Amino acid sequence: MTIAQFLVLSAALFSIGIYGVLVRRNAVLVLLSVELMLAAVNINFVAFGRYFADSAAGGQVFALFIITVAAAEVGIGLAIVLLIFRNRASANIDELDVLKW
Amino acid sequence: MVTAALLAGPSILAAGGEAVERSDGGVLAAGAWLIVLVPFIATLAITLFGKRMPRHGAELAVAAVGFVAVYGTILLFATTLGDGIVYEGALKIGEFGSFEIEWAWVVDGLSIMMFFTVGVVSTACFVYAVGYLEGDVRPTAFFASFTLFAGAMLMLVSAANLIQLLIGWELVGVSSYLLIGHYWEQKENSSAGMKAFIVNKIADIGLMIGIIIAAITVGSFTISTIMERVVESDAALDDVAVVIAVLLFIGAMGKSAQFPFHVWLPDAMAGPTPVSALMHAATMVTAGVYLTARMFPLFEEMAHEALDLVLIIGAITLVIAGLLAIVQNDIKRVLAYSTLSQLGYMVAALGAGAYTAGLFHLFTHAFFKSLLFLGAGSVIHAVHSNNMTDMGGLRKDMPRTFWTFIIGSLALAGIPLFAGFFSKDEILAAFNEGGHPIVFWLGVGTAFITALYMTRAVSLTFFGKYKGHGHPHESPAIMTVPMMGLAVGALLFGFLNVPGITDFFYELVITRGVSAELLGEHATSFDFFALFAGLTAGLLGIALGYRLYYEDAATQEERDRLFIPVLWPVLENKYYIDDLYMNGIVNPIKGPVARFINWTNSYIIDFVVNIVGAFTRGLGRFVYSGLDQRGIDLAINEAGAGTGYLGSKLRYIQTGKVQQYAVALFGGALVLVVGFWISIT
Amino acid sequence: MDLSVAQNWFFLIIALFMVAASLVVVISRNVMHAALMLVGALGGSAAIFILLGAEFVAGVLVLVYIGAIIVLFLFGVMITRVPIGRARSLDHDNRWPAAAVAIATFAVLAGSAVAFFGDEEIEGVSAVRTSDIGATIFERFVVPFEVVSFVLLAALIGGIVLARKDPES
Repeated sequence: MTIAQFLVLSAALFSIGIYGVLVRRNAVLVLLSVELMLAAVNINFVAFGRYFADSAAGGQVFALFIITVAAAEVGIGLAIVLLIFRNRASANIDELDVLKW
Repeated sequence: MVTAALLAGPSILAAGGEAVERSDGGVLAAGAWLIVLVPFIATLAITLFGKRMPRHGAELAVAAVGFVAVYGTILLFATTLGDGIVYEGALKIGEFGSFEIEWAWVVDGLSIMMFFTVGVVSTACFVYAVGYLEGDVRPTAFFASFTLFAGAMLMLVSAANLIQLLIGWELVGVSSYLLIGHYWEQKENSSAGMKAFIVNKIADIGLMIGIIIAAITVGSFTISTIMERVVESDAALDDVAVVIAVLLFIGAMGKSAQFPFHVWLPDAMAGPTPVSALMHAATMVTAGVYLTARMFPLFEEMAHEALDLVLIIGAITLVIAGLLAIVQNDIKRVLAYSTLSQLGYMVAALGAGAYTAGLFHLFTHAFFKSLLFLGAGSVIHAVHSNNMTDMGGLRKDMPRTFWTFIIGSLALAGIPLFAGFFSKDEILAAFNEGGHPIVFWLGVGTAFITALYMTRAVSLTFFGKYKGHGHPHESPAIMTVPMMGLAVGALLFGFLNVPGITDFFYELVITRGVSAELLGEHATSFDFFALFAGLTAGLLGIALGYRLYYEDAATQEERDRLFIPVLWPVLENKYYIDDLYMNGIVNPIKGPVARFINWTNSYIIDFVVNIVGAFTRGLGRFVYSGLDQRGIDLAINEAGAGTGYLGSKLRYIQTGKVQQYAVALFGGALVLVVGFWISIT
Repeated sequence: MDLSVAQNWFFLIIALFMVAASLVVVISRNVMHAALMLVGALGGSAAIFILLGAEFVAGVLVLVYIGAIIVLFLFGVMITRVPIGRARSLDHDNRWPAAAVAIATFAVLAGSAVAFFGDEEIEGVSAVRTSDIGATIFERFVVPFEVVSFVLLAALIGGIVLARKDPES
């Protein structure tokens, strides 16, 4: 197994995630795409951890940290989406353009 | 942390001239950092606790500047009674690798002169402000900014390196913005503050670039290091010296409100009067003159072309500002234009190589101009109007203000024995002997104009009939006592530098790390031609002012009532004498003679007087409306409008759509990555 | 990639599946399909972790992500009344700039990975023991670990504060 194949896979997932973030109207779907990007980063961490033969498994520990932070992010993110939905009866982020000129 | 490192110590950087042994000033100079620190601490304390104090923090502000005044006075005596103090101290604040950050201060004759001037004038203005701001909307904010203002100026004049000077310089700008816009509820006041700040900022670009070029060339921000290079005639510095000097002077033009950056100063009158007094006398506007004087050896030795620019700018400013002052109705504006004109004298003096004369005028002007402003403030306080058409006849109601104002006016008009006479005469002598005939005659002409507009201001304000509302009364002692103190300075300080007789001031300001040869010319005897030219111009100005504003049609009625009582006894006495001759000699021939004299009077003398007066006023109006309002103000307004227009178009980029922003974000990151990649491969 | 090694065949299958699943996540017009396909993609990444000898992370991923976070998402979908089933306008109209940025990102990332690492092999797979991970967390990373626990606590409180209805309204 080469290191590059994992990195290319991760790049593919990350780019697809970016596409989702940029193109989805619904905030919940944007959050889903963000999860894809985080998963790509996790793959990078674990693969590099193997590649540098880190006996202390630092890469894996950081993947765990990312999973934890992602959980927190989803919790807060969904709470905010919920709040926006409650106030504006819509969770579409392209309708949230109050901050324009 | 307090490792006061002696950098220069008893330094002799004599180039050619005989070495003068200077003392390092001992503990007095080593502790001079207190002069800067105390106002800053006071500012902090006023901000935090001022509102809970009985006088809203004014007591702390007065105490802080009082301390500075006392310390400055002690230093002044220490340096003049001894051999002169030259000292540079530094506190190390931090260290980044090999780069050390230190707070350095310089104590030499020049900075001591500024400590003394700033300290004493500030103390007068602060005490006065306590009375003036009685019942103000936000005295705590005022006194905090005011103390910061004084502290920033002291930081500027104590700076041993250009970075610190720049910090002080910008702090002066910020605090002046706060002070000018003190009554920000009215839009024009906050606009005036912004105008001052922005005009200064534009000029500061020059200063900043100049500092950077100087520091790169010399390898140090320290002023004394740059001066050492000047003494050594360093080739690298010589190459760029003119550029550095011109750029530094552009910065100085902004702060000292020289043409074409003078537009901010008259508007800065929007601030409370004590601010105007301090800003236009001892601080802020003198910063540019101080900077030029501090860097004077660089100008003198390496950048003579820049010195010519200084002379020309100063000469232009002194004339146009003087003419503007004639047509103003707002008493503070008259004084503001007068300040501009006097700053022109100082700058032009430095440009003519007269280092001592320029600084001496700065010194005396600080006292009599702040006195005039405080007097104007006292009048405004009584009349509740800035407009001279609302004043008149106040000399009876406000005798202390009247007499101190008269002393200030005479000093400004350059009447002998008052402070302004000696300093202005030395400047005129420098123009004359330096071979600048045009500038000399412009200076003499402006001396005439100065006397004219001051006579006008005095007669409109203090003579004639009161035209305002209510009954004006003298200001409280807390305001008049500082004015009297400054009046003593305006009376006496001219004697500190009488050519050939006293050289107290000269000895003071040449006490520096560089030898006196590098500090320009100094007159050792009176130049009687310049003296009489200046004096005649001043007296003529007063005479014409008296004549014009006696004849002024709009105020004729009031003038009649004023002057006839004054002249009545004289007339009456003449009648007694004439009565003796009347029937015998006069009666047969008095008719034709009287008619002839009357004809001469109304057709020749009045004609000349009116032509001169109308021409001078017309010129003033033209400069004001043509050059100042249409030329310079228009350019600035257009620049503002252009920025606004561009902004109104560009704001549509901000759509509020998060995902468009995100596309730009990711796209931008990619461009950076690709650019970086290309640049490393 | 040497296709004579069995591991690489597994990798290829898993990778293709993951890419396909994640494409469905961002393209699908059905919200439920998108959410469920995220499960597929994350499951694939768990398989990749096992391939890399990181069983513990794989287990945590399955438990936390697929077990908890996806459920949270499904709740989110239902509460905010995203049209379940085929919907017409889940994407907005401006797709091309987004697609261009995504493709360019992929090109840069993948290109740099190949350019810098080429054919460098990961040395023979040997699983890291869970006890090693535990030791690392509580020795080298004990401060970040505590920080993360505070982040979770803050998120917990924040979620409650945000989502709770105001008593007045």
